[in-house]
Amino acid sequence: MDNVVFHVADVHKSFAGLHALSDIDLSVTEGETHAIIGPNGAGKSTLLNVCIGRLKPDSGSVVFDGNTLTGKKPHEINQLGVVRVFQTPEIFPDLTLLENVMVPCLAKRDGSFKLNWFKSFRGEKSIRDHAVETLVDVGLESQVGSHASNLSRGDKRRLELAMGLAQKPKLLLLDEPTAGMARHDTNATIDLLKRIKATGMTKVIIEHDMHVVFSLADRISVLAGGRIIAQGTPDEVKGNPKVVEAYLGEEQV
Amino acid sequence: MNSSAFKDTLLLVVFATAILTMPIWLKPFGAAYPDLMQRFAIYGLFAIGFNILFGLTGYLSFGHAAFLGVGSYAAVWSFKLLTMNVLPAVFFGVIVAGFFAYLIGFISLRRSGIYFSILTLAFAQMCYNLAYSVLTPITNGETGLQLTLDDPRVLDAQAAAGSIPGTTLFGIPMTGITGFYFCAVVLIIGFFISMRIFNSPFGMMLKAIKSNQNRMSYTGFNTRPYLIWAFVISGMYAGLAGSLLAVTDPLAGAERMQWTASGEVVLMTILGGAGTLVGPFLGAGLIKYFENIFSSFNEQILHEAFAALPDGLENALVGLTSLFVGEGWHLTLGLLFMVIVIFLPGGIMEGVRRIGSLFTRSGSKAKSESSTAPEAR
Repeated sequence: MDNVVFHVADVHKSFAGLHALSDIDLSVTEGETHAIIGPNGAGKSTLLNVCIGRLKPDSGSVVFDGNTLTGKKPHEINQLGVVRVFQTPEIFPDLTLLENVMVPCLAKRDGSFKLNWFKSFRGEKSIRDHAVETLVDVGLESQVGSHASNLSRGDKRRLELAMGLAQKPKLLLLDEPTAGMARHDTNATIDLLKRIKATGMTKVIIEHDMHVVFSLADRISVLAGGRIIAQGTPDEVKGNPKVVEAYLGEEQV
Repeated sequence: MNSSAFKDTLLLVVFATAILTMPIWLKPFGAAYPDLMQRFAIYGLFAIGFNILFGLTGYLSFGHAAFLGVGSYAAVWSFKLLTMNVLPAVFFGVIVAGFFAYLIGFISLRRSGIYFSILTLAFAQMCYNLAYSVLTPITNGETGLQLTLDDPRVLDAQAAAGSIPGTTLFGIPMTGITGFYFCAVVLIIGFFISMRIFNSPFGMMLKAIKSNQNRMSYTGFNTRPYLIWAFVISGMYAGLAGSLLAVTDPLAGAERMQWTASGEVVLMTILGGAGTLVGPFLGAGLIKYFENIFSSFNEQILHEAFAALPDGLENALVGLTSLFVGEGWHLTLGLLFMVIVIFLPGGIMEGVRRIGSLFTRSGSKAKSESSTAPEAR
């Protein structure tokens, strides 16, 4: 396989004897959009939490771009260019949309800490412009100045996405990016993600919506009972009887 | 963007003017004497600094009086050992308090919420007790640290023997109204710095930490140094206030570090409006006003005030109101605090804002960019 940038090697994780993840082995090549699918409770979110440093695996390692992510702190992982978009919107409710997106931009530019207390935040012209651009990309341009707590749930998800995208990540981890969105918003998000894909950003997507998965993914890993039961291109996965049995059978794709 | 820069400058100019003209407009309130105005300025600074931690990050410290006390001790030592000039005293007050704040913040900030508050409270009480007992050689224990005739004061030329010199700024004595103006200028500088911090990327990060600290780490920020710096900066403000207390009256006692003093600055900040620029100063002013003016009212004054009424009514009214003045001023303050917290959770500044929005709504419908964080005013 050419140019693997993200590698999850032999990861195990159990909670009080329950095997949430076992023998997870996953390689993502540069520029690839890799989807992880699986029924509820298959361990998808646990896997993402392991990747992002929220959970520590019992064994195994996660490597991105030559750096081992296991054991690193969340902000260190982010500074390496691995950005996660959360499923339940984790935004800054007391800040405006513009500020919500400018803050991650500053993390990208200034690193994990900088004591620039004498500069003007509003005077950060290039950061501001970039943040506005990103908000336009996700379709929130009309609400730039309003407080994030006033947004609808779907709009919060889009803001969450904008906060991730604004950092121009090397690897974007998306946790059900379209959950809770109306159909036309979902389509808009798919279009946006397709455009991002064209820029060559590497992505790992967890998704329930098969329409989203099959319109975006280059390759798919199917997770069931904490194990990867199938891996391959969308067509390969679709035809895999194990997958049909475990998951797709009930969804009628 | 230009308009907001203009607004900031305007705010600073209005603030500076209001502070410097205090001797004039406080006259009708009976508060235009230097001693009280110094207190307004000093405790205003204390609250403004406290607000950088509490207002921006939401971390509620119950131990900031410790830094006030440390600042006072450092300043008095500077008077004793070096010179009666106030600038070194203020400098050492700020630096030593900042150092203490770093130590205490480093440990306390391992926890958040109520546990953080308890840790700061514990540290402050420790400082207080140490100042009273073990550290007597440095703090002079119960008596308090005072200037004496045989202090070395190595930088001062031989002063007139037989008397303890007063604090000066290059020869200008810091007593009375000049002392007030010195405090006022320091307050305005402190206000300006706080304004810069509020409007800076650093300040925005602190606000974001308050809003969703967890998210900050997944956004790539190491929140710990941000919090430690906020803690140290607010500790330095407290040290500055403490050193100014020593400038206006060169003695330092441990009672300044007691937990009630820490609680007072919390009240000031909440009363005025946590997270606002001017609010903490207003809160500090109000509390100090009540403490000094209301507590000085006695039955005599009340009888005079109600003298026009029939005797029975007069006595009844005096009996009722005397509960709220003199010794009872805490009762008035407590009621006022309850009313504000219940009806105006954002403090006095929220009241000001509500009144302001009433006017703009009824007047021209000029909706100036509400986007730029109205709570920052």
